[in-house]
Amino acid sequence: MVISDKLDKFFDEKMKEYPTRRSFLVPMLLYSQDEVGYLSDEVIAYLAKKTELTELEVRNVISYYSLLHTKPMGKYHVQVCTNISCMLRGGEEILDHCKSKLGIGHKQTTADGTFSLEEVECIGACSWAPAVQINYDFHENLTNEKMDKVLDQYRSKAK
Amino acid sequence: MAEVKNVTITVDGKQVTAPAGTLLIEACKAVGIEVPSFCYYPGLSLQAACRMCLVRIEKMPKLQTACTVPITDGMVVATDTDEVRQARKSMIELLLGNHPLDCPVCDAGGECELQDMTFKYGAAESRYMEGKLHKEEQQWSPVVFFDRPRCILCYRCVRVCGEGMDVSALGVQLRGSSSVIAPNEGDHLDCEECGMCIDICPVGALTSGAYRYKTRPWEMKHVGTICTHCGDGCKTTLGVRRSDTGMDIVRGDNRDKSGINGDFLCIKGRYAFDYFDHKDRLRQPLVRKDGKLTPTTWEEAIEHVGKRLREIRDSKGGQSIGVIGSNRTTNEENYLLQKFARTVLGTNNIDHHRTTDFAGFARAIAGKQNATATMRDVASAPAILLIGNDPTERHPLLAWNIRTNVRLHQAKLFVVNSQPIKLRRQATRFVQVPAGREGKLVAFLNGDDAAAGALTGASGSNDALKQLRDELKAQKDLVIIFGSELQGADIAALVKFGSAANAKFICLGDYANSRGAADMGLYPDLLPGYVALDGPHKYNEEWGSLSKTKGMGLQEMMQAAKGGKLAALYVVGSNPVVDYNFDPAALQNTFVVVQELFLTETAMLAEVVLPAASAYEKGGTFTNTCGDLQLLKKAGDITGIKSDFEIIVRVAERIGTEVRKLVPFGSGVRADMGQTRGAQSGEADRHSVWLTANNLEPRLSPFDPYAMLDEIQRLVPGYEFSRLSLLAGNDQHMLAAELSAAGAGDALVQIVPANDTLFTSGTLGRYSKTLNSVIENKRAPADKEVMAD
Repeated sequence: MVISDKLDKFFDEKMKEYPTRRSFLVPMLLYSQDEVGYLSDEVIAYLAKKTELTELEVRNVISYYSLLHTKPMGKYHVQVCTNISCMLRGGEEILDHCKSKLGIGHKQTTADGTFSLEEVECIGACSWAPAVQINYDFHENLTNEKMDKVLDQYRSKAK
Repeated sequence: MAEVKNVTITVDGKQVTAPAGTLLIEACKAVGIEVPSFCYYPGLSLQAACRMCLVRIEKMPKLQTACTVPITDGMVVATDTDEVRQARKSMIELLLGNHPLDCPVCDAGGECELQDMTFKYGAAESRYMEGKLHKEEQQWSPVVFFDRPRCILCYRCVRVCGEGMDVSALGVQLRGSSSVIAPNEGDHLDCEECGMCIDICPVGALTSGAYRYKTRPWEMKHVGTICTHCGDGCKTTLGVRRSDTGMDIVRGDNRDKSGINGDFLCIKGRYAFDYFDHKDRLRQPLVRKDGKLTPTTWEEAIEHVGKRLREIRDSKGGQSIGVIGSNRTTNEENYLLQKFARTVLGTNNIDHHRTTDFAGFARAIAGKQNATATMRDVASAPAILLIGNDPTERHPLLAWNIRTNVRLHQAKLFVVNSQPIKLRRQATRFVQVPAGREGKLVAFLNGDDAAAGALTGASGSNDALKQLRDELKAQKDLVIIFGSELQGADIAALVKFGSAANAKFICLGDYANSRGAADMGLYPDLLPGYVALDGPHKYNEEWGSLSKTKGMGLQEMMQAAKGGKLAALYVVGSNPVVDYNFDPAALQNTFVVVQELFLTETAMLAEVVLPAASAYEKGGTFTNTCGDLQLLKKAGDITGIKSDFEIIVRVAERIGTEVRKLVPFGSGVRADMGQTRGAQSGEADRHSVWLTANNLEPRLSPFDPYAMLDEIQRLVPGYEFSRLSLLAGNDQHMLAAELSAAGAGDALVQIVPANDTLFTSGTLGRYSKTLNSVIENKRAPADKEVMAD
C-alpha cells in the first residue's frame, strides 16, 4: 500500500459523503501528499483507481494546483509570500534572503532534504506581512534576522 | 416519451421555432444564422471555453454564450450587433496573443476556423506587446503531432477522445495561459490512433503524420468514396493531387460528414489508404516463364490466360475449373465474376473467403419483413443486443455508433461475449460466456433453461442469464448484432427469438465488401441474392440455361486439387493460401491465375498474375455488413494496372465470349457519365479525351460497371434503389437477405473470421506504412527492455 491503512480506510469512509467519486479527488490528493510527502507515481495510480479516473485525469488536476507536488519536497516546505502586502513590506527581500541562506531557488530542495523553497501568492496573512508559511505553520512580521531564527529552529528540529 | 413542446424565439428579427431545450446556437443554425464557435461541437459535452459564440439576449445583463443557453419562449436575440462583433474580435485578439502567424506553412492554412474568424472579424492587428510563448512541436505517435503554440484550448480533442472514443488519452494540464493539452503517457500517446483529435481540431495544433507539410488544402481535389478496409462502409473523403504517375491520394478524412459515419473514421479509414502506392504494388502483368514469374505485356498475359482457360474448359469441362472471388472487390465485379464462372467457364465452382455465415443469415431471415437493421439504426435504436465479436477492434464505426447512442440517447446495450470486450463499459448488462458457447446462450434465450449449465458451469447460478432474458423480452425495437460466433442453426434460433419482438438484425462480416460478395452470389450453391441454383429464378432467362448442379466450395476445390482434378484455379483479390490454409503443394499441377494488388503467397504460385486496381482506383458499389449500398468513386491512379472488372471482361473476350452478353453495355439510357473516372472526370473535353485514348464509344463501354449495376438492379432480389440517390453519395439499405429464396443450402461451410485488429486489415494492411508503423511503435517499449537485459 502506498498510503497507510488508516488513511485508506478514512478515504473509503469519507467517499460516501461525495456525490461522485471524483469530487473527493482534491482532498484525497492533499491528505496523501501530507502523508507521503509528495504525489508519487504510485500515489497517482492508487488515487486513479480509487476515483475510477485515468491517471492522466489525476495528473491534470494535480498540475492545476501549485500546492500539489509530484516531486519530493523538503521536510519543511518554506512558502514565501511576495503578493502585494508582503511585497510592500519586504517579502521579496525575505525570499532573496532565504535563497542565499538555504542555497536553493524557487521550487528547489536542499541536498539534505530538510528544506524546500517556493515563492507563493497571497497566503491570507496580509495584516502581519511579510509572512511565510512553513508546512502548515505561519511566521509573521518577518525580518531577515527573524527568518534566520525560524529556519534555525526547524533545522534543529530536523536533527 | 412525453412530447417536447415547441417554443418560438426571435433571432436578428427572424422567428425561429424549435423544440424546447434546443441550444440557442443550434436554433440559429436552423435558420441559417451562423454563430461562430471553437469549443462547441454537436454531440460533445458543453464547454463554453472559447467565448466566440457570445450573443446579446434581451433582458440578460451580459452577453451570453449561445452554445450553453437553451431557448425559452419569447427570447429575443441579436447575433450581429456592433457590440457582439467587438466582443468576438476581442476574443480572437486574445487567442492570437500566443497563436503563431505561421499560416503559410501550417497544414490547416486554408481550412482553419481561427483563420476564417480572423478574416471575418478582423483582429489582424494586435495591441499586445508581449512576446509570444513558444514551445517546440512534439510527436505523440506515428500519426499524431502536436504543435503546442497553435492550440487555442477549445478542448474538442479532449472531449472527442474521452466521450466519443472512450479512450481518454488526452487531458489538459497546468492552468491559465500555461494550460496545455497533454497525452496520457507523458510524452506520447497510448490510444486507438483514430485521428479524431486531429480531424476535430479547429486549428493546426494537432496534425497528421501522414499528411503534414505535404500539400495545401486547395491544391487537392476531394473524392468522397468508401473505405476499403472493414465491413462497416465508412465514407471517406480522399484528398487527391496530381503526380507524375496520375493522381496521388494524400489524405483521408470525412470533411463533409455526410456518410453513415458522420464525423467518424478510425485509423484505417483515415490513414491506411497508403497501401495504394506501396513500392511492392504490382504494376505489370507477370507470366511464368522457365519457372519464374516474368514481367510481360497485358496483351500477352490476357492472351495466355484466355487461351489456356478455353483449352481446359473445352478439353476437361468447366467442372475442372475453380473460381475464388474477393471480399474487397465491388458488387459489379463480384456479380460479373460469378456470371463469368457460370456462363463463360461453365462451372458453379465458385466461392470466396467466408468470414461469417451470411448465407445462413439469409436462410434464417428469408421472408421476414424489414428484419435487417442499417448502420444508422445502430445510432438511434433504443436497445441493442450484441453477441460475440469485438466491434472496437473489428467494426470501429459500429462501436462508435453504439457508444454515441448510449451517450446521447441512453440506449440500453446488452453485451454477450467470451471476452471482457471494451464495449462492456457502455453496457447495461454484460454477460460473459465460455468461448464457443454463444449458441447455448441463444438456446437459453429461446427458453431452453437446461442450456444455462453450459454457460455458467455446474455450480453457477443462472440468475444473471434469466435477468438478461427477461430484460431483452421487454425491449421494443431491439437491434440484434452478432458476429461469426453464431452460424447456421444458431442464427436461425436467434432470429426466432428476435422476431417474436420484431427485432432487426445485423450479421457482422469482415472486409469492405464481404456482404457484397455474399449478396452477389460468390457461392457454389447460391446465385446472386441468395437464390438457390435449383430453385426458380430469372437468371436463366437472361443468361441462358444454367447448370443446377452445386459446384465445389473452397475446401472441395482444395481436395480436388490434391487429387489432380482441379485443372485451373482463377483467383480474384483473395489469398486462400494464408487465409484459408489452402495447401500450396496441391496446386502444383493446376493452372493458377491471380488478380491481385500485391505478390501474395497465392500469387507466388500462379502461372499468370494480373495487377489489379484497388478500390481507390475504380468506381462501383459496395454493400456494408448491414446491407447498406454505397457508391465507390475513383480517386487515385496507378500506372500499369487495370480494374478487376476490365480484366475479367478482357479475359472473357479472349476465351471467345461475346462481351455484350456478359456486360449489357450500350443499351438503355443509363451509362457511365464519368463516375468511374472520379477526379479525372468533370470537364466534358477531358472525358472525351479519356474515352478516345481507351478506344471506347463515347459514354458506353464494356468496362462500365454501371451497365452491370443495371443488371444487378434488374435481377437480384432486394437490390432496389434509387440511382440518383446512389450517385448523390447516399446509403440505401438492401433487402437481399429478407427477399432471398435461399434453399436448404450447405450447412457444412467453413467460416474463417479474419480476426483483424484495429491495426491490421488482411493483405491490404500488410502493405500500409501507417498501420505498420503504429504496430511497430506499440511493440517498441518491450523491445527496449529486451535490449537492456
